[in-house]
Amino acid sequence: MSSDSSAARSPAKLALEDGTVVTGLAVGHMGETAGELCFNTSMSGYQEIMTDPSYVGQIMMMTYPHIGNYGASEADLEADRPMVAGLVTRAFVDAYSNTLADESLEDWMRRHELVGITGVDTRRLVRHIREGGVLNAVISSVDLDDASLIAKAKAHPSMAGLELASRVTTAEAYDFAEGDGPRIAVYDYGVKRNILRSFKRRGCTVRVFPADTPLTVVLDWNPDGLFFSNGPGDPRAMPGAIETAKAAAESRVPTFGICLGHQLMGLAQGIEVYKMKVGHRGANQPVKNLDQGHVEISTQNHGFAVQEDSITEAVARVTHRNLNDQTVEGLRFVTFPGLSIQYHPEASPGPHDSAYLFDQFLDLIAETKSASTETT
Amino acid sequence: MPKRTDIQKILLIGSGPIVIGQACEFDYSGSQASKALRAEGYEVALVNSNPATIMTDPVMADTVYLQELTPKSIKQIVEKERPDAVLPTMGGQTALNLAEVLHEERYWEKMGVDVIGVDIDAIRITEDRQRFRDLMESIGLDQARSRVAKSLLEANEIAQELGGGLGFQPIVIRPSFTMGGAGGGIVWNAEEFDKKVTRGLELSPIHEVLIEECLFGWKEYELELLRDSAENVIIICSIENLDPMGVHTGDSVTVAPQQTLTDKQFQQMRDAAIKAMRSIGTFAGGCNIQFAFDPKTGRMVVIEINPRVSRSSALASKATGYPIAKVAARLAVGYTLDELPNEVTGTTSACFEPALDYVVTKVPRFNFEKFEGVDEELTTQMKAVGEAMAIGRTFTESLQKAWQSLELGYAGLGADRDPDHRTIVRERLKKSYWDRTLQIRNAFTHGASVEEIADVTQVDPWFLHQIHDLVETEREVSKLSLHELEADLLLRVKQHGFSDRQIAFLLKDDVTENDVRARRKALGLTPTYRVVDTCAGEFAAETPYFYSTYDQGENESEVTDREKVLILGSGPNRIGQGIEFDYSCVHGVLAAREMGYEALMINCNPETVSTDFDVADKLYFEPVFWERVLDVIEHEKPAGVILQLGGQTALKLANGFQEHGIHIFGTPYPKMDLAEDRGKFSAILEELEIPFPEYGMAQTVDEAVDVAEGIGYPILIRPSYVLGGQGMRIAINKEEVSGYVADILKMLPENDILLDLFLENAIEVDCDVIFDGDELEVCGILQHIEPAGVHSGDSTAVLPPYSLSDEIQDTIRDYAERIARRLEIQGLMNVQFAIKDETVYVIEANPRASRTVPFIAKATGIPYAAIGTKVMLGEKLATFRERGELESTLEGFAVKEPVFSWTKFPEVPKELGPEMKSTGEAIAFVADLTDEHFSRPYEMRNLYLSR
Repeated sequence: MSSDSSAARSPAKLALEDGTVVTGLAVGHMGETAGELCFNTSMSGYQEIMTDPSYVGQIMMMTYPHIGNYGASEADLEADRPMVAGLVTRAFVDAYSNTLADESLEDWMRRHELVGITGVDTRRLVRHIREGGVLNAVISSVDLDDASLIAKAKAHPSMAGLELASRVTTAEAYDFAEGDGPRIAVYDYGVKRNILRSFKRRGCTVRVFPADTPLTVVLDWNPDGLFFSNGPGDPRAMPGAIETAKAAAESRVPTFGICLGHQLMGLAQGIEVYKMKVGHRGANQPVKNLDQGHVEISTQNHGFAVQEDSITEAVARVTHRNLNDQTVEGLRFVTFPGLSIQYHPEASPGPHDSAYLFDQFLDLIAETKSASTETT
Repeated sequence: MPKRTDIQKILLIGSGPIVIGQACEFDYSGSQASKALRAEGYEVALVNSNPATIMTDPVMADTVYLQELTPKSIKQIVEKERPDAVLPTMGGQTALNLAEVLHEERYWEKMGVDVIGVDIDAIRITEDRQRFRDLMESIGLDQARSRVAKSLLEANEIAQELGGGLGFQPIVIRPSFTMGGAGGGIVWNAEEFDKKVTRGLELSPIHEVLIEECLFGWKEYELELLRDSAENVIIICSIENLDPMGVHTGDSVTVAPQQTLTDKQFQQMRDAAIKAMRSIGTFAGGCNIQFAFDPKTGRMVVIEINPRVSRSSALASKATGYPIAKVAARLAVGYTLDELPNEVTGTTSACFEPALDYVVTKVPRFNFEKFEGVDEELTTQMKAVGEAMAIGRTFTESLQKAWQSLELGYAGLGADRDPDHRTIVRERLKKSYWDRTLQIRNAFTHGASVEEIADVTQVDPWFLHQIHDLVETEREVSKLSLHELEADLLLRVKQHGFSDRQIAFLLKDDVTENDVRARRKALGLTPTYRVVDTCAGEFAAETPYFYSTYDQGENESEVTDREKVLILGSGPNRIGQGIEFDYSCVHGVLAAREMGYEALMINCNPETVSTDFDVADKLYFEPVFWERVLDVIEHEKPAGVILQLGGQTALKLANGFQEHGIHIFGTPYPKMDLAEDRGKFSAILEELEIPFPEYGMAQTVDEAVDVAEGIGYPILIRPSYVLGGQGMRIAINKEEVSGYVADILKMLPENDILLDLFLENAIEVDCDVIFDGDELEVCGILQHIEPAGVHSGDSTAVLPPYSLSDEIQDTIRDYAERIARRLEIQGLMNVQFAIKDETVYVIEANPRASRTVPFIAKATGIPYAAIGTKVMLGEKLATFRERGELESTLEGFAVKEPVFSWTKFPEVPKELGPEMKSTGEAIAFVADLTDEHFSRPYEMRNLYLSR
């Protein structure tokens, strides 16, 4: 086994819709894939990233050159299969080393028919995207004709205006955990496992519902809290989910949203959402908690964000802000017991600094309960 | 919180002379801290006894005290300066210890001085093993099982307990409160136990040692953290040691970022580190935490915490681009992380964790050849004298570049000579030695498997597979002739970091490095330069900090149309070529900038100020290795290069510059060569009617004996073209001559041997001069206290001379001038003299900045390194003279005191001879010769003399 069997690999190409084509070597499944090319700066946690349902429709380019170092493991999955459309690396590693690994990353990719390319000057492409914004791209190890690949990249639909959550939501409602704590109803737009585990670890009873479940059905389960999950795609293309979020607010059941869920809760309250030029994808993003004054290093993965000037005091208060570009990272709603966070307090991968947000939500549930007990 | 306004003046304590375990990384951190504090408007008073530091330059602080670092001297300074605060975290353990002593005395409190950047009560915990243990236990962090012993008897009982009573299990001993782990190590068997424990008890100032469960074979990690007064903590860098536990991290090959932990394992370590740092009292600043990790069970234990900036934080700063010391200094005066910008991007926050899109490898540099009888095995006690760091897009590229940086004659990780025989390789791999990565590579060439090597070395298979890849690539190349080498393979080979010289060695046909270079360029393959930007390209970076790689995308180092000068750095520190040369390089850079040039720096030593991205207009963090230097030159096309500042490293490349038609600023190459070539130089001395000791040259043992018999005894024997007296010996008969010469030829084959008549009991003198073609400036004449025979670097030297007549001093000046004129020196030169029976002999001349330039500059207050550089670039001495810039401020005498690291090598006799052994130096200003800084060494001048 060689750590980079590049001598033995077949050629592959990565073509961008703007006509950029780079040649590399095929990794994983031999085939072709298309998606929006984005990059992630996390230096570990590749498998968590590759299985994060929020990345559906996106080709993931890892900026750290060596990917595959510690192999692949069941424990590192955020979904039961890869969710990214493809993988781009600089120096893919096949000869992994970690006793927790079940198999090599490449074997795992092959089993799941995930297409990848390695030997790519990823830094150059990162700089390219940074200047021009994210682009659609095609990876192929079966078609190596530049013109054909560029045409395919151009023909691929843009992420803006694309609804993707329906592809990754659960088909049936299911119980994830039973505990002594609050009952949490999860709207699944592509929920990461570690979000569910985060609730479970806090003793919650968790039931996961398909994205299109009417709120009345969810309320019939008698939840103490509603959770709007992360997920892929453009939230503006999800009118049904926005309606649900609006109804949820009116129900006055404490509500928590992460990432896409945060954007949906915002849209439901008339807050605008826009597509960012590059987005935030990494595990080193500084977020200031404006209520408590501290800074947390957060895991982020979003290409859309809420527009700050559309937030009015009557609707919500900005609770968290990104220190790099000052974008809004968290909201506390005024008209109903709700909070929402743009990034990933469940981490996986990334730092655990923001895990307290789950506790805050549980506190909100408790407060709301005791308030309603007092009034009745 | 914004910065504090209740303090105006801050005292910064340096780390003193360079010793093993505490080197020039503290000049880097001290300089950064001083810059940052002054930029914030604070007045900085600084104390350090090490003259060869940038931090003690008058421009670095408002007031500089070149004084010894003792409680007494600190008190004198405090009483004079009346600072509001003291920052003791930038000067290593030395500064912290001083701060602690004065804290114990309640001195700071009495004087109203606030100790910032550290919580003194809390750091006692990190230094007291038992209290540290208790603290870690209280916050739920696992540790190696251990107990403190205050006697040998107690130590025996504990060892029995930890070993489970079944014979002897290896255990670790760590004496409390010793620097760089002095006296510590693994005890493998019962026989060594008593000896090592007793020694540890002796070395510990409080006579206690920790007896600890042996984590040998576990993996070792380090995290570099910053914490602010609002309790925000960020991890700047993770570092994974290639060498498993058992080897001091300063002696280990280390890699950043960590490579083999899953994210969940890494986050567990991050959480533990943050918890640990927050538990250490209340302070704002930097911190380093070491962990051991058992790959089999996943058990992770905390090893130690250093609540200050360290060697590792200097490495982490250079590895990530994040200026830890600078930010730590700002945090110490009250800022919180979210208030500070990331200076690298200029647009984002300093409160983040750098993301790397490259791999950094640090390889330590040792000087075992200097210490006869030294135990070369690496243990928990640090033995390295320096280190080189390399950046590549892959681990293999960075590892090969690191080996090219070491300046031990390697063109990469092997593949430039035949590997050692398999039996030697097997022996070397059984224990931890400095060349482990090379021997792993050699083992693969002999057919060993990853499993076998992992079993013997405990090195993580990930690294072994990577090195195995290199050997596979070598095999592909070795099947080919040059003309068969196609672009795709050559690109892959270059991306693995192979140098053209290695490729030339590997190819079937007999080709040279130049042939490979020509072929490579014909195939369109040249390196590109990438920015170390802290953020993996996510944001645009403003800093001009570059490394080379063979990714064929764009070049991020845009060449300007300004006139450029390339200054070659001095590479990893070693005995004989240390911080003094970095000092001169930094001054060279600043002088070139002042003269309007764009100053480009190339160096690979992460500990230094010269590799601070703030210093040069552009920093190329690259090996000072011919191919890499030439690549930079071809990319930048500078007007010329400056070689005189980087010691022997840069000078060794002079020939290549000459051949490639690259301009050398200052003394022309053929003249430099005259000085370096003993035969030609002696002919010149003869022509100039300057006396020199009778000498001869030889290439074999027999020739050497013949020469010696002709000249007479005692006779000084040494290889040519070496620095720091490497391999130098004095022989008194022909048996000794043949023995010594055989040794030298074994160590340095194909080197000419020089034999000089040794002038017994002569007085030695060092003289540094600047010559501009017209006139000579004598920077200083240093008279040694020890008699000839002790290496000049190990001698106590006095400026000005204390017992030389005016006549002799005039002769010295006269001879120096004759040589300078004859060699057409333009810039700096050092001449060594011996005076016997009123005759002045010239021993040697070095056409470059010497080790004593910074000392003289500090003693006289004249920036000679900068002036020398400006003269190289065409300025005349008259200009400086007219401006009054050559007026010495020295009153009385300045004494240069050598400092040794003997405690690191207890098995080596404390003998001084022609081979340099000191690691650092201190300066003392004395009014007259009754001062004990003069009288003590004077009385002891023959004590340690050996041959």
